Amino acid sequence: MTARRWLTRAGFYALVVVIIVQAIFPFYYAILTSLEDGQALFEVNYLPAALDFSNYASMLTSGVFGRQILNSVFVAAVVVVISLFLAVTASYALSRIRFRGRGLLLLTILSVSMFPQIAVLAGLFEVIRTLGLFNSLWSLVFSYMIFTLPFTVWVLTTFMRNLPIEIEEAAIMDGAPPFTIIRRVFLPIMWPAMVTTGLLAFIHAWNEFLFALTFLSTDTQRTVPVAIALISGRSEFEVPWGNIMAASVVVTLPLVILVLIFQRRIVSGLTAGAVKG
Amino acid sequence: MASVELKSICKSFGSVEVLRDVNLSLEKGEFVVFVGPSGCGKSTLLRLVAGLEDITAGDLYIDGARMNEVLPSKRGISMVFQSYALYPHMNVFENMAFGLEQARLNQAEIKARVAEAAEILQITPLMERKPRQLSGGQRQRVAIGRAITRKPRVFLFDEPLSNLDAALRVDTRLEIAALHKRLSDTTMIYVTHDQVEAMTLADRIVVLNAGQVEQVGRPMDLYEQPASAFVAGFIGSPRMNFVTGETAEKHGAHTLGIRPEHITISRDAGEWSGSIVHIEQLGSDTYVHVRTEEAGIVNARAIGANAFRAGDDVFLTFQSDAVHLFNADGLPVGSART
Repeated sequence: MTARRWLTRAGFYALVVVIIVQAIFPFYYAILTSLEDGQALFEVNYLPAALDFSNYASMLTSGVFGRQILNSVFVAAVVVVISLFLAVTASYALSRIRFRGRGLLLLTILSVSMFPQIAVLAGLFEVIRTLGLFNSLWSLVFSYMIFTLPFTVWVLTTFMRNLPIEIEEAAIMDGAPPFTIIRRVFLPIMWPAMVTTGLLAFIHAWNEFLFALTFLSTDTQRTVPVAIALISGRSEFEVPWGNIMAASVVVTLPLVILVLIFQRRIVSGLTAGAVKG
Repeated sequence: MASVELKSICKSFGSVEVLRDVNLSLEKGEFVVFVGPSGCGKSTLLRLVAGLEDITAGDLYIDGARMNEVLPSKRGISMVFQSYALYPHMNVFENMAFGLEQARLNQAEIKARVAEAAEILQITPLMERKPRQLSGGQRQRVAIGRAITRKPRVFLFDEPLSNLDAALRVDTRLEIAALHKRLSDTTMIYVTHDQVEAMTLADRIVVLNAGQVEQVGRPMDLYEQPASAFVAGFIGSPRMNFVTGETAEKHGAHTLGIRPEHITISRDAGEWSGSIVHIEQLGSDTYVHVRTEEAGIVNARAIGANAFRAGDDVFLTFQSDAVHLFNADGLPVGSART
């Protein structure tokens, strides 16, 4: 039977390789392309032929790409902070206070998150114009919340429901005022769940394209996904692949770094939350 | 002056009335157990004393001061929860010190008090551990320790042993009894549905049924002179035998109650006759379930191991001075004893 066992093992690793290549290769090729210039771009190679950072240099120094990265950071960070603040307070109410229509409210929140973006686009455009937010970064903060809030509220409500209410009562008996209970008891326990949901909200806001394309009209206001799509070459027949790939790598790195930093937190949070303290 | 006094306490959740006109007066240093079946309101009553629920009507006094609107932390009470409710992100020391920090004690005082409580409960070596690294019994000690450090006037226990396994439950029960002796000035209120815990720990037992106090008294008083058929059935293990119908009427009662230990079994002669349907051997005692014509299935105690077998025909005799007679309302007929 050893031959057969070897065959299964070989098959398993072949599958692993396929999955890894499928996941990693596009990004690897983007890095590869970003390091090449001129004609070299159009020669197919799988190992770096040259290390040329001129694409990065031209992306970051000429034009407004630096400004656009800051725009993206601003929008994503503000979305995460406001979403988490609203979600923590809302989930506390939704999980701990009994009121009429609580189940209906939760279902409504969930159904909102299922609207296709394109369905709300036209109406949202009117709202943004009425509020005077057109071509302002706050229009994105406002519209991204439509999709990040339902998600964060749901995840945190589920998490909060699983926290034994007796922990809160013990803190009350210990004489902790409400703000201290939130800061010293709730936040430390919920921290992993908040990191996980916050990170997903950040990624969503960072990657969003349709709203960013619609609600912003000038180059200096744009966020990176739109900016990259609109990069143009010296003539309309030239697609500057080198620059596009360099920009793509630059905007992907922050996400990779964030996930790597919080990876442990996320994993420990998912397991620690399941075990009662 | 009573340590804790409840006057005409009522509690409703919406339109559901959970407690009706509860009057109780607890002496300083007394160990009082609230006992009753689930849903009888015993935990709610404890939470009213703690201040975790609002009192719908009536007054609560602790050491003579009215407490209805006083914050839980200002009532001079500590509570041990059923699930321990330790803070999972703090180590044992921080768990025990949290309440003292909130009370703004200085660091030296906090350290001294925590060390003292840890000494009493023998958890000094565990100070650096997180709750998830502790066993169930150790968590329970930390929860009790956290309650001790606040030096409460009244100590509340909400079914503290129900999450422990049987052997540990007995040990911890003894420790709580020892703790009560040590903290002789502290009034303790203990909620349980387990009548064994009630009998062994209490100075006085309060039996609750459907939101009302059924009887208050010393354990042996409740055992010997139950004020109702409900108390008679609830206190004592195994349960008292209840006989209705003709046999009870012959004694002038609607219901006749007799405990298993007051019935003797004989192969030769007796008041009731029947055949054994089941035998439970506990080592020191044997409980014999007998199906009788006169009284239905009756549980009788035989001491030590014996030669009875299921299916044997036997006779039962009960001690007539240990019989409890109840009328149709479940209340004693005249005196409970004949």
